[in-house]
Amino acid sequence: MTSRFTSWQIAWGVALSLAVVGFFLKDIAPWAFKYPRDWVFPLRFWISDFVKWLLNDFDLGLFTFKEFTRAISWLIELPYIFVRSLLSDGFREGQGSNAIQVFPRVSWIAVILFVIMIGRYARDWKLAALASGCFTYLAVFGQWDSAMVTLSSIIIAVPLGVVGGIMIGVLGYRSATFKAMIMPVLDLMQTVPVFAYLVPILILFGFGPVSAMIATVIYAMPPMVRITLLALSQVPEEIVEFGRMAGCNTRQLLWKVLIPSAKPALMIGVNQVVMLSLNMVIIASMIGAGGLGFDVLNALKRLRIGEGIEAGLAITLLAIALDRLSQGLANRPPPEHGSEVKNFAGRHPFAIAALGFMSLTWLIGLVLPAFQTYPEGLELTTGTFWGDTVRWLNINYFDQIDGFKNAVLLNFMIPTKRFLLSLPWPVVVGLVAMLGLQLGGWRLALLCGGMAFVIATLGLWPKAMITVYLCGLSVIIAAAIGIPVGIMAALNERFHRVIQVVVDTLQTLPSFVYLMPIVMLFRVGDFSAFIAVIVYAIAPAIRYTDHGIRRVPPHLIEAATQMGCSPWQILWRVRLPIAMPEIMLGINQTIMMALSMLVITALVGTRDLGQEVYIALTKADSGRGLAAGMSVAFIAIIADRLINAWSAKRKAELGLD
Amino acid sequence: MPLQTSSDIDARPIKLSCNGIWKIFGDGGAQLLKQTNNAPQENDLIERSLIAAVRDASIEVREGEIFIIMGLSGSGKSTMVRCLSRLIEPTAGEVLFEGQDLLKANPKELIQIRRHKMGMVFQHFALLPHLTVLGNVAFPLEIQGIKRREREDRALEVIELVGLKGRETYYPRELSGGQQQRVGIARSLAVEPDIWFLDEPFSALDPLIRREMQDEFLRLQKMLQKTIVFITHDFDEAIRLADHIAIMKDGAVIQIGTPEQLVLNPATEYVAEFTNGIPRAKVLSVGSVMEPVMEPGGNDYSGRVFADIRLEELGGDILHADKPFAVIDRNDQIIGQVTRDVVLEVLVGSSSQSDT
Repeated sequence: MTSRFTSWQIAWGVALSLAVVGFFLKDIAPWAFKYPRDWVFPLRFWISDFVKWLLNDFDLGLFTFKEFTRAISWLIELPYIFVRSLLSDGFREGQGSNAIQVFPRVSWIAVILFVIMIGRYARDWKLAALASGCFTYLAVFGQWDSAMVTLSSIIIAVPLGVVGGIMIGVLGYRSATFKAMIMPVLDLMQTVPVFAYLVPILILFGFGPVSAMIATVIYAMPPMVRITLLALSQVPEEIVEFGRMAGCNTRQLLWKVLIPSAKPALMIGVNQVVMLSLNMVIIASMIGAGGLGFDVLNALKRLRIGEGIEAGLAITLLAIALDRLSQGLANRPPPEHGSEVKNFAGRHPFAIAALGFMSLTWLIGLVLPAFQTYPEGLELTTGTFWGDTVRWLNINYFDQIDGFKNAVLLNFMIPTKRFLLSLPWPVVVGLVAMLGLQLGGWRLALLCGGMAFVIATLGLWPKAMITVYLCGLSVIIAAAIGIPVGIMAALNERFHRVIQVVVDTLQTLPSFVYLMPIVMLFRVGDFSAFIAVIVYAIAPAIRYTDHGIRRVPPHLIEAATQMGCSPWQILWRVRLPIAMPEIMLGINQTIMMALSMLVITALVGTRDLGQEVYIALTKADSGRGLAAGMSVAFIAIIADRLINAWSAKRKAELGLD
Repeated sequence: MPLQTSSDIDARPIKLSCNGIWKIFGDGGAQLLKQTNNAPQENDLIERSLIAAVRDASIEVREGEIFIIMGLSGSGKSTMVRCLSRLIEPTAGEVLFEGQDLLKANPKELIQIRRHKMGMVFQHFALLPHLTVLGNVAFPLEIQGIKRREREDRALEVIELVGLKGRETYYPRELSGGQQQRVGIARSLAVEPDIWFLDEPFSALDPLIRREMQDEFLRLQKMLQKTIVFITHDFDEAIRLADHIAIMKDGAVIQIGTPEQLVLNPATEYVAEFTNGIPRAKVLSVGSVMEPVMEPGGNDYSGRVFADIRLEELGGDILHADKPFAVIDRNDQIIGQVTRDVVLEVLVGSSSQSDT
């Protein structure tokens, strides 16, 4: 090509100048700037009507849809109430305040002993100490009751999510058609913000723990499905062939060959389900799950700083304990010969120990009540300390904090917001489509442009732009901090280890927890949301950069060193270009996490799509919630497809993979 | 060392055979075969972007013989053995096992045949990682629903047979490659199969271990007399073990014969390339180089040798003998004689074999 510019550069030049010209057409084509109300596609009303129809008029012949949902509720509620009674409430008889306790709940000492045992079994005494330490905090700081309610939800939701995920995964493994059908659904389920499907579930199943549980299972299941599909397809072909040659029927092949062979990989999925369930159970406290999430939400609403931080810390510790325990179980070394035990006690150590701990503490508890319930007199609280600290910060540093906040808002955030809102929507749709065309061809262009267009037709364009602005700015800042940190971690082993712990912890924490301290300092508004999203979404930017830079083949570094590159040149000219596709995948993850966090930050008063979903939740308007939720999902999918297309293209050019 | 002469084997009934097997990967393969009356042209395949992994292959495996399918990677040998066991559904052709068309068996029948009559050994062992040696070997019996006590007794017998006694409680990853393949062999023998498929069983092992396993395999076969289909890419291995060898190239079987026949009369240049590097003494039997007896009854010999042993097994005796050796068949009848000069010619000539 003789021209100094490539044809793509020219195309972009033309497109952007058209966009600028577009600004002067405001009078001629006002519809391009403000999507006309009459043109809005009434999808949300249709959805709302459909859900109402499902609930009120849909008859399945033998029973109505309503009876069907009631039956499901009942099926889930029964075991939940049992576990909750066992761990938190105790077994009661009678109604309301007249209820008499028939049998007490499991003693806190028994639970902690049991946790120690699992920790020891899963890895070693160190893990046992860590996990039991976390649980002891719950008892000592008076979080036990709520924590056990939360734990009960998880104990019921995790098996449902795991078994359901494996079942769907197996169906997908067996039938390519079914797999092709579920893959887009999985994509959507992971990108539609959780609040969006809370609404229809709430309407179908009513306010309460059952709805929360169903939402939790739906939220936590997709990764299990994916991991099951992956794990089963990774079972060596020869092992499957062996199973068939041994004369296995379909059932035997699945249960005796495929699943045992895939077990180590499946256990990683279990860990994910546990963590996602915890995250969701906390969020679902809004629709009546109760527990620790409810405490945080309550404190947040009443600005009870100390209580909120304590409950937040309890969630954090519970999350760490559950994460490390389930990871320990997943990574347990495979058995060695001679380690099998034949007798009954040896084969069922947990059942026996659990029964033993329970009966022992119950008996002692009859005499010494402290064994039954942690004595209130010995409970500690740091609530006032946290409250005082924040008050002190706010009194002494109010000017600095507020000044910082205002400076960022006025100089950085608000101008960006105004700019994005002023763009005519057809131009944005066109630019998105063009980017798709350049990176991935016609199909990608159609997909991305089409999705952006649908957002406009749903009448949600301004809110979508606010979402893009908040999410975009947060992601830029998260990348600006995360990528350098990742680079440093990749180049310095000691720093890497420190960062690893920090990132692991950040990723373990339920999204809810982040809001607490930030709201304390910056109060509600876009700025708090902005900070919360950055903190929540920074982990993948760091992790992928670190990993990408470390994976640069050592012989390239050697070659560069030999050619006399300075360390700085090696970084800029060798490491970064080669690690770039991987880093971009990290940014992709950051965007996904930012979008999911954004919806939660609606609690602190943003005016984006998240708020739309949140309003729908409070008004129980399923159409409104789903339309907004879908729009968030579309933004996520557009970003995801574009970045993946770029990354794949670049990887192919570099000959990686 | 063949356990019997090829004429012996040819007299036995056919255990497993296939006729005109085609395996075409890609959509529309079956239609193409129908349209072209099972003789598609190369162009037809390329046009429809189809890949013919097996083309019109036919073999016959007789009872108790070791039938080796030899080919380089991509020659279709693995696909071929999977067509024979119906792990892969052939696009066309028939597979006759004990007179029954395997391709017509319904899934239930197929499961029964596999449970009771087939055993298979895999290149990468394909052991189940979560089961002990005992659990792995007993697995095919477990699948049949045999009670624990009974299946473990049987498994212990086979484990002892392959020389792994004392390792029953080990897990696969605690064993060396050679030991793992012994488990694979024991497992495939646990059901006492009528036909034994071995898919490159020793290819993943070090050369020394490979040799040891080949000896072990021959020892077992001497005892068990199974009908065997053995896949390999190693021509040396094929010659060492086979009663019959089928050579595959680009999905087609290009020659079938005893090792001796292949070496003496390679059908194509391609086959000759394999056989050229093979020392003649390894494949030629005494019978193939013997001369007629000059003076029946009156000759005196330095010794007697069987007609069906290979020259390399003759040992040094013949090189120091002045007089010829008498060649006898298995009924002790003298059928010819072999002289030192003839043997020397083969031995010396073989090391400098060339195309000309």
